[in-house]
Amino acid sequence: MNDSPARLPLRTAAAVKLGNLSSTLSQKMGLGAGGMIGGRVALKLDPQALNRLTAGRRVAVVTGTNGKTTSTMMLARAVTALGEVATNHSGANMPDGHVTALSKQPDAPYAVLECDEGYFPAVAGASNPAVAVILNLSRDQLDRVGEVRTIERSIRDTIAGLQNCVIVANCDDVMVTSAARDAKNVVWVATGTSWHHDSASCPRCGDPIRWQGEHWHCTNCDLARPHPTWITADEAMITPEHRKLELRLTLPGKFNQANAVMATAAAHTLGVPVDEAVRRLRGVSNVSGRYRTIQRNGRSARLLLSKNPAGWSETLTVVREAHHPAVLVINAQEADGRDLSWLWDVPFEKLRGRQVIASGERASDLAVRLTYAEVEHTIVKDPLRALDQLPAGAVEVIANYTAFRDLNARAAADE
Amino acid sequence: MSESTVQIALVLPDLLGTYGDFGNAVVLEKRMAWRGIKAEVVPINYGQPVPDSCDIYVVGGGEDTAQTLAVKHLREHPGLQRAVTKGAVVLGVCAGIQIFGESFTRADNVTHPGMGLIDSTSHAGGSRAIGEVLAEPADGLFSGVLTGFENHQGRTVLGPSARPLAHVKVGTGNDGSVEGAVQGRIVCTYLHGPVLPRNPQLADMLIEWATGTKVAPLDLPAVTQMRAERVKAAS
Repeated sequence: MNDSPARLPLRTAAAVKLGNLSSTLSQKMGLGAGGMIGGRVALKLDPQALNRLTAGRRVAVVTGTNGKTTSTMMLARAVTALGEVATNHSGANMPDGHVTALSKQPDAPYAVLECDEGYFPAVAGASNPAVAVILNLSRDQLDRVGEVRTIERSIRDTIAGLQNCVIVANCDDVMVTSAARDAKNVVWVATGTSWHHDSASCPRCGDPIRWQGEHWHCTNCDLARPHPTWITADEAMITPEHRKLELRLTLPGKFNQANAVMATAAAHTLGVPVDEAVRRLRGVSNVSGRYRTIQRNGRSARLLLSKNPAGWSETLTVVREAHHPAVLVINAQEADGRDLSWLWDVPFEKLRGRQVIASGERASDLAVRLTYAEVEHTIVKDPLRALDQLPAGAVEVIANYTAFRDLNARAAADE
Repeated sequence: MSESTVQIALVLPDLLGTYGDFGNAVVLEKRMAWRGIKAEVVPINYGQPVPDSCDIYVVGGGEDTAQTLAVKHLREHPGLQRAVTKGAVVLGVCAGIQIFGESFTRADNVTHPGMGLIDSTSHAGGSRAIGEVLAEPADGLFSGVLTGFENHQGRTVLGPSARPLAHVKVGTGNDGSVEGAVQGRIVCTYLHGPVLPRNPQLADMLIEWATGTKVAPLDLPAVTQMRAERVKAAS
């Protein structure tokens, strides 16, 4: 499959040209990274831009609550084995971001698109994907995104309408299983997802879900954990041929192993040999600034992004492995969700006994949570100043969305 | 589980724990423990019988389907209702105010029976109420302003046996004018945050009701600072 995308109609071509101009202007004027504005302009001028820009390409759409950006980057890397790949970086994961990314690489025969879960119906509907990757579904920014079950329902309905699309789905996530189960062609991946707080009751019938080890089933209807074709094992994967393959990732944490196996399964679906896919995605080390280490006055700070309770739980297990001091940075701007109630769903108790600084615009909300978790801490609202208050050496910095974005930009400016 | 340990039942956290309301149980437990009162949190999950022997019951918020299941479970296992007749203290948040009432009517116009613990009825409002809330506690129930974050479609009308918990200054609450309900030792509110970390005076009022003794204030600078910031941001 190396046929070049269909030629764009004049209207789309003009819209894309103006859009790209806006991106460049946005960057030149220092207004933003230009990841969305170009697409926004193009979509205004041609609402069908996404359909037209994906026509003739083989498209993969990656969605879910956590791990989208990393999995997308891994999958895009793996698919370069087949040819040029257009992909959206830095979390610009709504249609305007897709249009921007696609119009920058009009000749790439492959597209790997990270997609916000709320936009999955629109994007999957417009782009006729060859593969859709559904990573996981859990509570996230309830005041903005809405309830998990509503999202599951809309993904389920969308998947039912997709033709010739292979769904790569996480069978250790009850919500994802319900969303993907009725599709004609599903590849099930066991990821070892540990967050089960949103699936006490069956998304199909409402009765309790019962867990027995890794297996789960509804106590009333026939929803149950499907048999996986791909399995995430300790630092390795088991392939469909029952072969054990060491992952040896650059990125830390069990959740990134899960992301890697999901990406490999999706790449394999598109025709990339397994070993080739893993060899390529191993090199992913810095995902839009995530996991990178910044140096500041003798402190060596690793930057970790976590946006919701499931993400924070996973990140805290990574942080727990090393006994470094931690700076936790919390904002509650619109893009973060204004409601910080979720801080109480995060097991901050795990940080007891280590030096912790609460930081960010909502540091005091976090400080209250840490107080009741009996984690000793101080409050320093500016995260870079917080680093200066720690002894020289390694530091873990975990920040939520806008806090991470701002910190990353400031750190980059300092370099 | 000695007789002198205050038992805090966390009711159906797997169904009604969507908005971090687990934090309310933690705050009650810690505020008692730090004053030398033995307390423990007893989670009661979906599918388990509800004991009637706990001293405080904390019920959180949940999605519509979860809420319907919760009512079904609590009616089939009426330990909470028995505990109320024995004088247990109850905190119901968001879904709590709807399911404790006589009935609640959803956006699809279907009316579901409630548990009948509070003289109130709830129905779906035109728009979803989302944002910071400030309200003045009614009848001097506790000191300081009530602060929290609301995210609900329901509107609630109180009958003569229920009193409001507070009078709304900013936000919506039950109907734009009053917020929450108090009937006997049952307290309901639409506020998350969660509500007890945001409002230590309300937490201590519930502790005093449950233990029958006055408690000394706790000085927690982080709580004072956070309350000041939230009140300022909402005003």
